[in-house]
Amino acid sequence: MIELTIDKKKVRVEKGTTILKAARQAGIEIPTLCHYELCDMGIENKPGGCRICVVEVEGRRNLAPSCITEAQDGMVIHTHSIRVLNARKTVLRLIISDHPFDCLVCAKSGHCDLQDLAVQFGIRSQPYVGEQSRYRKDTSPSIIRDVDKCIMCRRCEMICNEVQSVGALAAVNRGFMSVVAPAFEMNLEDSPCTYCGQCVSVCPTGALTEKDHTIEIIRALSNPSKTVVVQTAPAVRAALGEEFGMPAGTLVTGKMVSALRELGFDYVFDTDFSADLTIMEEGTELLQRVRGYLEGDSNVRLPILTSCCPGWVNFFEHNYPDLLDVPSTAKSPQQMFGAIAKSYFAEKIGVKRNDMIVVSVMPCLAKKYECQRDEFKVGGNPDVDYSISTRELASFIKQANIDFLELPDGEFDDPLGESTGAAVIFGNTGGVIEAACRTAYELYTGKKLEKVDFHELRGMDGIRSATIDFNGLELNIGIAHGLRNARKLLDEVREGKSKFHAIEVMACPGGCVGGAGQPFNHGDSGVLGKRAAALYAADQEMPIRKSHENPSIIKLYEEFLGEPGSELAHKLLHTEYFAKSNEVTIHLQG
Amino acid sequence: MSHYKMHLLVCAGTGCHSSESDLVYEMLHDEVERKGLSNDVQVIRTGCFGFCEKGPIVKVLPDNTFYTEVKPGDAQEIIDEHVIKGRKVERLLYLDPETNEHVLDSKHMGFYKKQLRVALRNCGTIDPENIDESIARDAYMALGKVITEMTPRETIELIKRSGLRGRGGAGFPTGLKWEITSKNHGDRKYVVCNADEGDPGAFMDRSILEGDPHSVLEAMAICGYCIGASEGLIYIRAEYPLAIRRLRIAISQAQSYGLLGENIFGSDFSFNIKLRYGAGAFVCGEETALIHSMEGLRGEPTNKPPFPAERGYLGKPTCVNNVETFANIPVIVLKGAEWFASIGTEKSKGTKVFALAGKINNVGLIEVPMGITLREIIYEIGGGVKEGKKFKAVQTGGPSGGCLTEKHLDTPIDYESLMAAGSMMGSGGMIVLDEDDCMVSVAKFYLDFIVEESCGKCAPCRIGSKRLYETLDRITLGKGEQEDIEILKNLGMVMKDTALCGLGQTAPNPVLSTLDNFKEEYLEHVNEKKCRSGQCRDLLYYVILEEECTGCMACTRVCPTHAIIGERRNPHVINQEVCIKCGACMEKCQFDAISLQKDYPREVQLTTNNELTV
Repeated sequence: MIELTIDKKKVRVEKGTTILKAARQAGIEIPTLCHYELCDMGIENKPGGCRICVVEVEGRRNLAPSCITEAQDGMVIHTHSIRVLNARKTVLRLIISDHPFDCLVCAKSGHCDLQDLAVQFGIRSQPYVGEQSRYRKDTSPSIIRDVDKCIMCRRCEMICNEVQSVGALAAVNRGFMSVVAPAFEMNLEDSPCTYCGQCVSVCPTGALTEKDHTIEIIRALSNPSKTVVVQTAPAVRAALGEEFGMPAGTLVTGKMVSALRELGFDYVFDTDFSADLTIMEEGTELLQRVRGYLEGDSNVRLPILTSCCPGWVNFFEHNYPDLLDVPSTAKSPQQMFGAIAKSYFAEKIGVKRNDMIVVSVMPCLAKKYECQRDEFKVGGNPDVDYSISTRELASFIKQANIDFLELPDGEFDDPLGESTGAAVIFGNTGGVIEAACRTAYELYTGKKLEKVDFHELRGMDGIRSATIDFNGLELNIGIAHGLRNARKLLDEVREGKSKFHAIEVMACPGGCVGGAGQPFNHGDSGVLGKRAAALYAADQEMPIRKSHENPSIIKLYEEFLGEPGSELAHKLLHTEYFAKSNEVTIHLQG
Repeated sequence: MSHYKMHLLVCAGTGCHSSESDLVYEMLHDEVERKGLSNDVQVIRTGCFGFCEKGPIVKVLPDNTFYTEVKPGDAQEIIDEHVIKGRKVERLLYLDPETNEHVLDSKHMGFYKKQLRVALRNCGTIDPENIDESIARDAYMALGKVITEMTPRETIELIKRSGLRGRGGAGFPTGLKWEITSKNHGDRKYVVCNADEGDPGAFMDRSILEGDPHSVLEAMAICGYCIGASEGLIYIRAEYPLAIRRLRIAISQAQSYGLLGENIFGSDFSFNIKLRYGAGAFVCGEETALIHSMEGLRGEPTNKPPFPAERGYLGKPTCVNNVETFANIPVIVLKGAEWFASIGTEKSKGTKVFALAGKINNVGLIEVPMGITLREIIYEIGGGVKEGKKFKAVQTGGPSGGCLTEKHLDTPIDYESLMAAGSMMGSGGMIVLDEDDCMVSVAKFYLDFIVEESCGKCAPCRIGSKRLYETLDRITLGKGEQEDIEILKNLGMVMKDTALCGLGQTAPNPVLSTLDNFKEEYLEHVNEKKCRSGQCRDLLYYVILEEECTGCMACTRVCPTHAIIGERRNPHVINQEVCIKCGACMEKCQFDAISLQKDYPREVQLTTNNELTV
């Protein structure tokens, strides 16, 4: 332990602690900008680039960046001397001087760290006026890059490379023109970007934002000839409340349903329904493959990989084109929902496919890209027309001046609104495979599962594994969240060294609760844990907790699909994958 | 060398090389052969003599005759007259500007009298592409000595005792750096030679590498022996093709002699050296940025600590030293720490190489003992200011340094004194400025360089240097305001305080030091819209000379902004508020009645109805 003095307070900290954290221990919050961390996820960004967090250390020639300077025994530190305040203000003014002044119409207004600092520092004048660095705007199906607003905090670069190992973003150019961009400043669409959107969720300014589809939905809702159906993903209900000032982890399912109904959606359904459906298809596929494997069929590929997460699908299409037959062919719940809504349900209510608009509310940005994929269209008409994020829904509710906090709890419509506890935990890392185990166990063994909670599959470690006893058959389950972790497991599969029978992968750290469409966590990793706990609690509350017991699912198979894995089920609920790894090369040559 | 009676040394450094010194060499060589003198006279290509102002240089040994500005066509005369007949070719001898007499040998040239060549000891003496010549000048003796007679500990102590400090600019004690690296544990360690010389106009390191590559290779091996490294890397900018070629030759020759490679001198010490090429980014001279660049990452610095000595190349303890620092090592080992420490001042030992440039008679590369004064350098070695103009300032330390003035002329040159005077040693750029130089423009020049060379990682440097440049630009365009002076001061101070690396922390120095020493010039630009040196074109004023003007109206017709007012046969007047300084009037006037003046012509004021009151 060492002892130092910060703003006249004595602090004792572990050796190796940064001044920033030592100050925090003393209850002194030093302002930062580029610094970002989710401690328990092992995610940290501290390039020491913004120089906002500088402090004065007695005896030191210049000011010290507190985020990367280790506290030393006996240090005497001033965090708000005139010299420090002037330096911070000057640096902030410099950053603002190279930033567009369009706060009023910026997608990030109100959630912008730069704006917050300007308010905190009382910036009222700008003596440093000059040229601003300008770049081409880049719009992809999920993410918009407006890097005129980039402040070179490098958070996106860190998350894209260190956490996700995607490598789509890095600093390019030098000096005043340096900015974070894909290689050769190509479009994101031409890069190996997976649209996981984690860059968006850490960007402190409006440089990286989601592509907003609210306006298309408003148009659809105001068109009397369209039947507008909405589905909401499991993780949304555990986070939406944060946008209205509710504590993280507040479950707002009922209020969300009411809000959607007030917004004018004709049917408010639940992606949880199609999550149960996913389990039926994916679980059946898992059992088929395991049975085939046990019977010695050499054509069987194990492990089976979950395929619910579109960022993850993009990742293996880009990086593992040789392994395209390994993932489950089951579509994601979003797409299964769309396929069923525009066939089974449309028929049921007598609406033509083209007159139905399916909207999804997702914690995710990759879903925006997923619903536009060609293989999810029939005659050019997409199964899911628009996907909006949790944040966009919150904004939509605010635009419609709905008092969210005062809304009564509503109920999902039938039949695509009925779901089980197995479905709601899809939002957590480990949730999909736990749900699959609940069903697969009973289908395989023919016995009732006594212990529904698989605690061994839960948690926030980046890579987890567990062996589940299926009445003598030991299934090795692997779980990865965050794409760098997924890469490790996939490399093992490629090398033939994987010991797993099934692997669940979620692109975003924490799974969908940490999705890029969720309310910004501003570096508070406790938020993800609270959302996850809310979903597990919701599971506990559900009368039915196994997907194959969902009455509406049973009915769907009876009335329409037949058996899981049937020909119709394959047509509507399964998909194929495409190698994407050469795209970059082709574009560069062009 | 002994069996030749005479040697003709032809400078083959980059400067002379670009003035056809290779052709001079060919012609001399052919002429020697044609005259059948090959057994008695040897013509060799050497590294830089330093006197680049008068290149190409040919020096004749043993009489030290120093021929300047030699052209290929002069070869025959040199051989016929000097070599065969023993008569010096007078017209090629250096002409002393003061006495106006030809100087018979280099020892009597003012340029060399006060120099002490330690790091440059072999430059201009040996053929850098022939290891035998280096060995004849004791190359690798120091390496042999430390490996066979000394422990790493003793060698480090020796370097510490010598007082050698880093020649890259910051002046960190070299022995201490070696000691720290030697004590840090790592399964592998690295010696890195920083040859990313980037200051505008500086070519000290290039000259050493081109003229005496073995001194650097030998020193790196000694360093490797001391710190426990078996691999050395030279990070050299790709714009130095000649230095790269000579280094490659030197490395392969040293390897074939067993002076680099496995089990050097039969010991269990092995050392190999590889080259790494930089793309010419100034910031990669900063050691952490240099290391990242070698690792294949973006060339940008990271916070220190950890210092490279602790966690450097590939995360291993790494000792990074500059070329000139290394070049001093072998001599220190051979001649002793005390010998080296006897040169220089109390805290700055040995010599320093400077690239002397700007408005000075003897432009070139010089090496002087620490403690020498600026006056001695400028007036004795440099031969004074060009064209007899008035000395104004000398810029040292490149973009990180500052300007020293008349009052600093007798300041001894050492790390501390230069720092105290508001500049710094830097890597050795020294640019002399005269009365025709505008100090605001000088500061602007360096900031322009910094804006180009900032890596962009930290906000103060990335944006601050741009804003500094823009403010200086406004001032030189006559658009400066009083607040701009405050902006410069505050930005400069905050950048020093907050920038991430040495580049950004020192980037405001050219501004702050000129503001300190030449504030009145800044104020003139801002308040009087006047540039006393006349360098800022926008602060020159077209004025009609009343006595010369015939009132022909020709100028009024060509003025695109109708800024010239006056009636036929009466002298015209230019309205400065409207004049855009296109120069059309001056070109048109047949009576030389229009002149450019430095002072704003205040006596002519316009009233609101466009009539003149004089």
